[in-house]
Amino acid sequence: MSTETVKAPVKIKVAGDGLFSSKNKKLVTDPLNDSNPITVQVLGICSALAVTTKMEPSIVMALAVTVVCAFSNLVISLIRNIIPNRIRIIVQLTVVAALVILVDQFLKAYVYDVSKQLSVFVGLIITNCIIMGRLEAFAMGNKPWPAFLDGIGNGMGYGLILVLVSAVRELFGAGELMGMRIIPESFYKMGYFNNGLAILPPMALIIVGVIIWIQRSKNPKLVESK
Amino acid sequence: MINKNSNQFTMIFASVMVVVVAVLLALAAIQLGPLQQQNVRIEKMQNILSSIGIESEVDDAEKLFNQYIQDQVVLNNQGEQVKNDVKAFDIDLKKEQDKLKTGRANEQLFPLFIFKKEDKLYYVIPVRGKGLWGPIWGYLSLQEDMNTIYGASFGHKSETPGLGAEISTAEFQEQFNGKTIFDNSGNFTSVRVIKGGAPPDDQHGVDAISGGTVTSNGVSEMLSRTLESYIPFFKSNNSSGGDTAVITGQSAN
Repeated sequence: MSTETVKAPVKIKVAGDGLFSSKNKKLVTDPLNDSNPITVQVLGICSALAVTTKMEPSIVMALAVTVVCAFSNLVISLIRNIIPNRIRIIVQLTVVAALVILVDQFLKAYVYDVSKQLSVFVGLIITNCIIMGRLEAFAMGNKPWPAFLDGIGNGMGYGLILVLVSAVRELFGAGELMGMRIIPESFYKMGYFNNGLAILPPMALIIVGVIIWIQRSKNPKLVESK
Repeated sequence: MINKNSNQFTMIFASVMVVVVAVLLALAAIQLGPLQQQNVRIEKMQNILSSIGIESEVDDAEKLFNQYIQDQVVLNNQGEQVKNDVKAFDIDLKKEQDKLKTGRANEQLFPLFIFKKEDKLYYVIPVRGKGLWGPIWGYLSLQEDMNTIYGASFGHKSETPGLGAEISTAEFQEQFNGKTIFDNSGNFTSVRVIKGGAPPDDQHGVDAISGGTVTSNGVSEMLSRTLESYIPFFKSNNSSGGDTAVITGQSAN
């Protein structure tokens, strides 16, 4: 199901369009729902499982992926006409890797705690298929501004699912949201327990599954025909 | 119009791209380096402080550290104080341990931090060893008698979450409190992490982590190897057994 959406480059005419024309807006809003990179294209699952035990690292991860996705789309789109075809994947990887290292350096300098929690997963943004997928499918064939918006949209679509999953996991796994206690002490005294499964990776997969289920039952056109 | 698929253009494109990216990353590393090093320093201070039971935030770690520290000394492998410009805080344990591999054991330096909290002295010893997947490290604080463990804090690079990574939890670390590293007749025993659980009256053993045997053994090895190097210092500074140790040396800062 994922291959179709990734392979077909979306050509959009922007001549005469305003910066925030309806087509451009769609670039940002579509990935939030109808072409969500995680729930519809089922990309980037690995990091979605790993970083979503708490909301704070998820939000930082979502921002990091959005920044990398948007700016790599922008850079690749700017140089799309001079990239030698034979080394285009290497060029894309180099741009993505450079941006990821920059983001990682910034995190280490300004939000050290979070960068320790995210540890290797910031580095692994390089291999996040969402970013490579958008570069190949969109940035190589579109102008810089739509490409930039597309990157933001896909980063946010990824981030939205991350935040949803992490909210459920933190609430049931630790009784907290953003590190603040939500489930009152009196519940625990009455015999309530945090769900240990919620902080383990399988729970993320289950929640993503539930989100996909809800999304498809509301939007039957996403369901592939047999 | 040049042929952008020619070998020549491809080579030039790749070279230019690599140079541009390298310059960008180098600039970022130089600009952000000092901030990152400061973060690492603060974290080290927080870890050291937590081994003597002082909780600190990023903002006040440096202030608390300077407030409680009494002295920091550097020892050689004979347990004698080394008088030079190296500050204990700046010693990189990894580099010191690498000296063993290159046959320079007599050059190895051992940092020791001495804190004063509520009129009692505490000796903090940094330890470093091997876990299952990567390095593990920690700080062990001893009470004035240089025998009883006051607190321990451990960290790790990449141990398995839920198994080996449990060494950095309070549950594991609190087991060390009150254990002793010498037996009643003054022989060095270290503190061992015992698989299957330590007997309740064992003064030199704590429970291992189920499923984290390699990491647990790493903790045992790290403690006995490191503490052993400090024995000569403990003996010479604590001959009367329990009396206040005599520490001389340059003061902190």
